[in-house]
Amino acid sequence: MIPVAFDYQRVTSVDEALGLLATHGDEAKLLAGGHSLLPLMKLRLAVPAVLVDVGRLRDLSYVRDAGDHIAVGALTRHRDLETSELLASQVPILAHVAGLVGDPQVRHRGTIGGSLAHGDPASDLPAVVLALGGTLVARGRGGERTIPAQSFFEGFLQTALGPDELLTEIRVPKASGGWSYQKFNRRAQDWAIVGVAAVRNGATGVALVNMGSTPLRASATEAALASGATVGDAAAVAAEGTDPSGDLNASPDFRRHLATVLVRRALEEAAG
Amino acid sequence: MRVRLSVNGGSQEHEVEPRLLLVHYLREVVGLTGTNVGCDTSSCGACTVLMDGESVKSCTVLAVQADGTEVTTIEGMARDGVMHPIQEAFREHHALQCGYCTPGMVMAAASLLEEHRNPTEAEVREGLEGNLCRCTGYHNIVKAVLAAGSAREALV
Amino acid sequence: MTVTDSGVAGVVGTPMARREDPALLSGEARFVDDLVVPGALHVGLVRSPHANARIRSVDSSAALALPGVVAAFSGADLRDEWAQPLPCAWPVTEEMLNPAHLPVAIEHARYVGDAVAVVVAESAYVAEDAAAAVEVDYDVLPAVVDLEDAATDRALVHPDLSTNIAYTWELTPDPGAVERAFADATHTVSERYVQQRLIPEAMEPRGVCVVPQPFGDEYTVYSATQIPHILRVMLALSLGVAETRLRVIAPAVGGGFGSKLNVYAEELLCAALARRLHRPVRWTEDRTENAQATVQGRGQIQHIELAANGDGKIAAVRVRLLADMGAYLQLVTPGIPLLGAFIYHGAYDVPAYSFSCRGVFTTKTPTDAYRGAGRPEATYAIERAIDALARKVGVDPAEIRRRNFIAPDAFPYSSAPGLVFDSGNYEATMAKALELAGYGDLRVEQRARRAQGSSRLLGVGLSSYVEMCGLAPSRVLASLNYSAGGWESATVRILPTGKAQVVTGTSPHGQGHVTSWSMIVADKFGMSPDDVEVLHSDTAVSPHGMDTYGSRSLSVGGTAVFLAAGRVLDKARTIAAHQLEVAEEDLELAGGTFVVKGSPERSMALGTIAFEAFTAHNLPDGLEPTLEAGVTWDPPNFTFPFGTHVAVVEVDQETGRVDLVRYVAVDDCGEQVNPLIVEGQVHGGIVQGVAQALWEEAVYDNDGNLLTATLTDYLVPSAAEVPSLTVGRTITPSPTNPMGVKGVGETGTIAATPAVMNAVIDALAPFGVRDLDMPASPERVWDAIRGIDKEGRA
Repeated sequence: MIPVAFDYQRVTSVDEALGLLATHGDEAKLLAGGHSLLPLMKLRLAVPAVLVDVGRLRDLSYVRDAGDHIAVGALTRHRDLETSELLASQVPILAHVAGLVGDPQVRHRGTIGGSLAHGDPASDLPAVVLALGGTLVARGRGGERTIPAQSFFEGFLQTALGPDELLTEIRVPKASGGWSYQKFNRRAQDWAIVGVAAVRNGATGVALVNMGSTPLRASATEAALASGATVGDAAAVAAEGTDPSGDLNASPDFRRHLATVLVRRALEEAAG
Repeated sequence: MRVRLSVNGGSQEHEVEPRLLLVHYLREVVGLTGTNVGCDTSSCGACTVLMDGESVKSCTVLAVQADGTEVTTIEGMARDGVMHPIQEAFREHHALQCGYCTPGMVMAAASLLEEHRNPTEAEVREGLEGNLCRCTGYHNIVKAVLAAGSAREALV
Repeated sequence: MTVTDSGVAGVVGTPMARREDPALLSGEARFVDDLVVPGALHVGLVRSPHANARIRSVDSSAALALPGVVAAFSGADLRDEWAQPLPCAWPVTEEMLNPAHLPVAIEHARYVGDAVAVVVAESAYVAEDAAAAVEVDYDVLPAVVDLEDAATDRALVHPDLSTNIAYTWELTPDPGAVERAFADATHTVSERYVQQRLIPEAMEPRGVCVVPQPFGDEYTVYSATQIPHILRVMLALSLGVAETRLRVIAPAVGGGFGSKLNVYAEELLCAALARRLHRPVRWTEDRTENAQATVQGRGQIQHIELAANGDGKIAAVRVRLLADMGAYLQLVTPGIPLLGAFIYHGAYDVPAYSFSCRGVFTTKTPTDAYRGAGRPEATYAIERAIDALARKVGVDPAEIRRRNFIAPDAFPYSSAPGLVFDSGNYEATMAKALELAGYGDLRVEQRARRAQGSSRLLGVGLSSYVEMCGLAPSRVLASLNYSAGGWESATVRILPTGKAQVVTGTSPHGQGHVTSWSMIVADKFGMSPDDVEVLHSDTAVSPHGMDTYGSRSLSVGGTAVFLAAGRVLDKARTIAAHQLEVAEEDLELAGGTFVVKGSPERSMALGTIAFEAFTAHNLPDGLEPTLEAGVTWDPPNFTFPFGTHVAVVEVDQETGRVDLVRYVAVDDCGEQVNPLIVEGQVHGGIVQGVAQALWEEAVYDNDGNLLTATLTDYLVPSAAEVPSLTVGRTITPSPTNPMGVKGVGETGTIAATPAVMNAVIDALAPFGVRDLDMPASPERVWDAIRGIDKEGRA
């Protein structure tokens, strides 16, 4: 299976990328690692006329201590997150979960920015950034803006990024307290059927993978915890407010059930 | 579009269509057919090669994305007619049957052993999660990679 | 162990590393898609997106307008290319309905993936663009998806046939005995099992390349096939080309598992297009085409009943089967259930037997052989059912098996369905497997966990199987209406320089025949296997063959090699006796040299004899020059490998996830030529069988769309999903062939599926679970635990 022919532009600066996005509008797609986009293009489910390759913007590949938070360049590969000593000490859940994305070959190519900008509810990293209460930095022709992760994911494969914006940085608070990531799937290389990220950093952040059209927070659980509920009681309401879909691996009911089990396990592990 | 890259240590330069997949570039333009295609969804790993020393699935990389990189394929593993220790271990432990997944499996194993010097069985199994084999049940592949890992460790 | 004439242990029986490996490990091996063929055109197929649709029109104008597109054809355009439709070689009954199956459909598409038009282009990329540009107008009709529904004939797949039932086949030697056994039974078991459809998923997709010779209307056909010899015959018949003008080559072939035991539309199509366009024409399947247009396996609904006395001794087995044919009958589609029909009593001594099967058309991809082909289904049914019987009788699954095994002294054993089982010691493999698994300790741990209320549920499952392989005695095939024989041919030569050459009719695609055949010959000739050349898989080199499937190659093809090597030795002995001027009886063979008994200084090495045979300067009167012999071996019987497998699973009570934590297999495939290869076959077979139990299923929606057409959705397991395997063996030689060998290519798959499912059900026993459809997905297990049945009722 082969993609439909397209024009290819490799950019050397963010501004050049933004210029091309402005010129081509909806016709253009950004290409980073390509592990979300290229499979869709090969199946001819995505047919962009122009690919803007931002993969060589090496100045967007970094993990930095920014004082009150850790700043991660959008083009940092999963493998680099997985092996970052700074993340291991300051935001260990992010390093750990980066090591669970796809398979090693995917992690050698895929980037955190690509994963977040794709907005797939089944991806691991968006939930982690949500649970951490991260902030995303986008750059457009008009300048830079920050978007709380909480309001970044708007719909199925839809994010708050404008068609002429580029995600440049992900900011996550330092969180070396208790955490857990529960990924439930049938094969190691597959997407999570349901996943749960839990982070204790003052309040406890809990986010869900594949429990609706977007990555989302387990709001009912978080609220219950904030009002002093037990882990068991808080986990029991994990699926409230979610609208999971059904597929070959799980019905919506089963997903809701898994969410309660996995949230409980995540909270227990994060507490332990 | 023009691409220049190193394949198994030799420089290559060609004009290619942007949609040309790296695997087809290697097979049809460079003429190295050892790298196989087993699926279209980057699931099976048969097309695994090393790009700048790390395993990638060459069916999910455009040739133009590989511009300027160093690519190693299965044909680049043996040196001076001597098989790479991983290839030797595969043969000794009967880690291949039909051999179709083998080039990708060997390249994935090479990358794995770069990242985990002497991995445990669990690390090998997890590390090969992106490569499917239909013949061996993986038992002997895992054995071979473990043997290659500990043999290398013994040399260090 | 040894199979040498001399009684001296040689290379046979040793775990020799394979001779095939260097080419495969270095990337030098050439699969079809690796062949460099200058000027070759690429075929793209337009496939029906509908499971059942009349084709109103095909418009290729947009495709033809693309640069690089050479031609485009509808099914009607190609009508005159076919002398015969695609072949079905196994009309299991005289009355069987076999609708004409053309490589490219003309009026009607009958499954998603059915070819409806074809484009030919200068590159594969352009061919794909062009195929997408062909406009086909369909009149969409209702799909016929559900097997039991299809059997009611409520909606017809082929309206002109007036029924969806392709055939009904029965095997009930003594109906009265079966009736009496059920009437007299203390315990009866009646079970319904679903064999989900599976996709074989050989890692190499299919590929074909047909190269016409510029003069003489001759064609070289390269195909990723298990059956180059059979393919040549069928191509000749279907294309109306003399067989002598076709050369078929199976180059390196990346696995088959039965899926490449077929004659496919694309093979006929590439040949027809090469003939029509006078250019080399090639096609390589993508993974979605592989899922949709390469045959699938299993697809049966099984009803099995056991009648047993108070001790659980089985008196009768009765089986009623529905088998999903898919939309058309491919090469051996209708015969697959028959390969299981004789062994639904499993490894057990059962006096009364009844089997019947209906083959049913549906608007889905045709089914056909997939590893084990009929025998995994049969073994699953009896091994699940005997566990159900154990529960009724109230005995351990090992004990119920012990009470029913065919006794070691009962061989050769005449089975109720009419086979003669060659040799066996079934209880010995079970005893060894239970010991290796620590069966007693597992039961202790299981009781402890249950007592503690652990949510990590432990399950232990057994599967004691016997299968029939080594396909097959030609006369038996005749009685089953199969249109070909089951023999195999071999020619063995000692070349002038003393090296040996084997020409075999088997066609390996991962099984290591080059290694094993050279070991057999080397052992006979006292030489190194590296000095034995093995030629195969090219009809110009090896004109006679029945190819590789059905765990037949060693016991049939290997036997032919063994016998041919023996005849070469006989001839060599005659020449040596002549030249040494002694009687043949005065010679003995040691290490590849004939020595005069009592005079060790007087000898002739085989190499020397070969050169003498080559120069022919001094041969006995009437003896032909050269040292070679050909043997075509038609086996007198099947062979019957057997064994016991033990699966240990842990089920997460909360999520329904099943983890296979330990797996023990003790198999007996008779004598072993290369234990390394035997173990490899066992390992791979086991994981395919486990995969049916836990992960794999070809899922169709109600409109007949295949929802698992990629390896993202069809869950072939990776190394991360399975444990290392514990493999043991016993050796009970087969009396059917001189080496005492059986077959091992399918045993793992046959044994593993019921072992795992029995383990899952064992784990769930405290919840009253008695049955579960495959694959045992987390949700199915979760439903079962909370008492939701298959139809969703609490």
